[in-house]
Amino acid sequence: MSKTKFSSSRRTVIKSAGAAAIYAAFGPLAFRDAQAASKLTVGVIYVGPRDDFGYNQAQAQAAGILKKMPSLNVVDEEKVPETIAVQKTMEAMIEQDGAKLIFATSFGYFDPHVLKMAAKYPDVRFAHCGGLWTAGKHPKNVGSFFGYIDECQYLNGVVAAHASKTKKLGFIAAKPIPQVLRNINAFTLGAQSVDPAFTTRVIFTGDWSLPVKEAEAANSLIDQGCDVLTCHVDGPKVIVETAEKRGVYSCGYHANQAALAPKGYLTGAEWDWATPYKLLVDAALTGKPMINFLRGGLKEGFVKMSPYGPAVSAKAKKVADADKAKMVKGDFVIFKGPIKDNAGKTVIAAGTSLKQQDPILEQMNYLVAGVIGKA
Amino acid sequence: MLTKRLDRWLPLMESVGIPIAALLLAMLIFAIFVAIIGQSPATVFYLLYQGGFGSAFAWQNSLLRAAPLILTGLAVAIPAQAGMVIIGGEGALALGALAGAVAGVALSGLPPHGVQAGILFAGMLGGGVWIGLSGWLRHYRGVNETISSLLLSYIGIALLNHFVEGPLKDPASLNKPSTRPIGDVNMIGNLPGMEVHYGLLFGALFALVTWIALRFTTIGFSLRIVGGNPRAAQMAGLRVGWWVVGAAAMGGAAAGMAGAIEVAAVQGAANASVLAGYGYAGILVAFIARQNPLAVIPVAILLGGINAAGGILQRRLDMPDATVLVLQGIAFVVIIASETLSGRLRVWRSTPAPVKPAIPATGASV
Repeated sequence: MSKTKFSSSRRTVIKSAGAAAIYAAFGPLAFRDAQAASKLTVGVIYVGPRDDFGYNQAQAQAAGILKKMPSLNVVDEEKVPETIAVQKTMEAMIEQDGAKLIFATSFGYFDPHVLKMAAKYPDVRFAHCGGLWTAGKHPKNVGSFFGYIDECQYLNGVVAAHASKTKKLGFIAAKPIPQVLRNINAFTLGAQSVDPAFTTRVIFTGDWSLPVKEAEAANSLIDQGCDVLTCHVDGPKVIVETAEKRGVYSCGYHANQAALAPKGYLTGAEWDWATPYKLLVDAALTGKPMINFLRGGLKEGFVKMSPYGPAVSAKAKKVADADKAKMVKGDFVIFKGPIKDNAGKTVIAAGTSLKQQDPILEQMNYLVAGVIGKA
Repeated sequence: MLTKRLDRWLPLMESVGIPIAALLLAMLIFAIFVAIIGQSPATVFYLLYQGGFGSAFAWQNSLLRAAPLILTGLAVAIPAQAGMVIIGGEGALALGALAGAVAGVALSGLPPHGVQAGILFAGMLGGGVWIGLSGWLRHYRGVNETISSLLLSYIGIALLNHFVEGPLKDPASLNKPSTRPIGDVNMIGNLPGMEVHYGLLFGALFALVTWIALRFTTIGFSLRIVGGNPRAAQMAGLRVGWWVVGAAAMGGAAAGMAGAIEVAAVQGAANASVLAGYGYAGILVAFIARQNPLAVIPVAILLGGINAAGGILQRRLDMPDATVLVLQGIAFVVIIASETLSGRLRVWRSTPAPVKPAIPATGASV
């Protein structure tokens, strides 16, 4: 009896000593949680690494701007796959960090993951990048934001056309889906606005992040005579580096890759996600309803061009800047008929102008004439 | 009397004690690594515990992540009984997901339980045929099964992508090519009272049944003979080819089932999102579990917990995602290295060194 008593009291002593030690060690963490409660907690989720010189870096840069805002507490997580893992990451941000607004930045997060969590947590806002939010079909606490980056790809095409001598351009793309096809087409149309003889050779690698295949594709395109490369993959790093190493020009995508190719980097199509991020955060801070559908281009500041590299001629700058000025004013139409696809079929009739906001453009399933490749 | 009882327990203590000691050593090395990059190891371990097992939510998070790993772990552990090193679980998972999604759409109209059974069966069939092919190549064509399963895995992944983006694409899935959805009514739900889907139970049952079969029936004995010495097995009248192909196919069936569960419990359709590396993580699970199908369960849960905790490290300490990969990598190397200690430590011997067992638990043949 006495023995039991002794051991139990010793256990209590050990327990409380342990608790004190834990408190001493982790007190600051608990304090951080308490402090966070008075601010709006925002969670940001990336599908790849934050420093991929591409898609995820562009999102992380915007998150970095949010981190500097005093009214916000920002938590983020990288390399979250489009599985149950992203559902649990969203839930952990809500349950463990108190997040009230979540940026789910990969396209594949939307259905079913964001939709499921949005139904479970109706008072949390979910901002998804790239999706098509549809009234009546999708919950009110979900919104999709995206940018018309094909405007920048068009300008990439204009600048590339001035630099190219072979009149052959190369495009390395992940998958033949509408967002990607639209970029390839805009890039080609931009080049053809300088000289209709331009062609673009396309290689689809099959997935968003396959650095080895991307390098092989870059080398293959250069061997075929392409002297300007651009791309639509998650991380353009190896493509820009390969182009520089082989002595050809490159146009960037997603983020600024100028540091990787100081000689051959012409310009690039970059996201400026800070603009939609701030709009969505403002709505949450002021208690306004969730912005369910948010799109913008150069005019709205959702996308931007990399500063021109040293190889860009004064003439190229003049032409591209003039087109850009028209885009910023909002009276430039990229997809203006007549446009034929590369099988000779008319896809946009003469006299038809498809403005950027036209939802039909988000279903693009063709490659325009002058693109060598198959959608 | 006492020594006799000790003798019975010592092998078990050894097989549990060495991996646990190795894990502790791995954690120590990881603590040094954490200290070097300027973080407090105590805080990191506290957060790892919090994020993985510190609350009901954390437990469910870990169990959900463990569910596919149990099955992909079995995909390595079952063929290992017959002396094969199979690393192509990811491809079997891809084909299991594809077959499951096709079955789900084809069977829609049946009662949901019928559809779900069909999905799981189709997934097992898809994965089983694929890795079974690896076993066939090894026995009848002399192709190394490690290489062939890896190459077949690439083909399996390519087949999934081809069908999802081509012939089986749902026209409504514009920017995320997927097969047609199997429908909400046919989705596999959660275990009662938990937010963990039935996939965890299916995986655990698969592991348990495999363990019982290997331990208490002639199946396990035959497999070990085949794995230990195929010629002796043949002399004893065992149909070696049948056992080799069968073990490979059962492993593939486990990975295929993991893919089918991803479709039926999580994604609702087959698409590239099912390729999240579960097949490769299963290799790690099986090796840490020393190819024991029952040990695969706790190891998968531990790994699921570490993955679940990776998120909280990122969010609280701004540490990169690679942190938990470093921990996993250290654990893997230390545990593999510690295997050589089995049967060599004096502490484990109460009586003069026993005769070495004739049949090693695992290991390459001839």
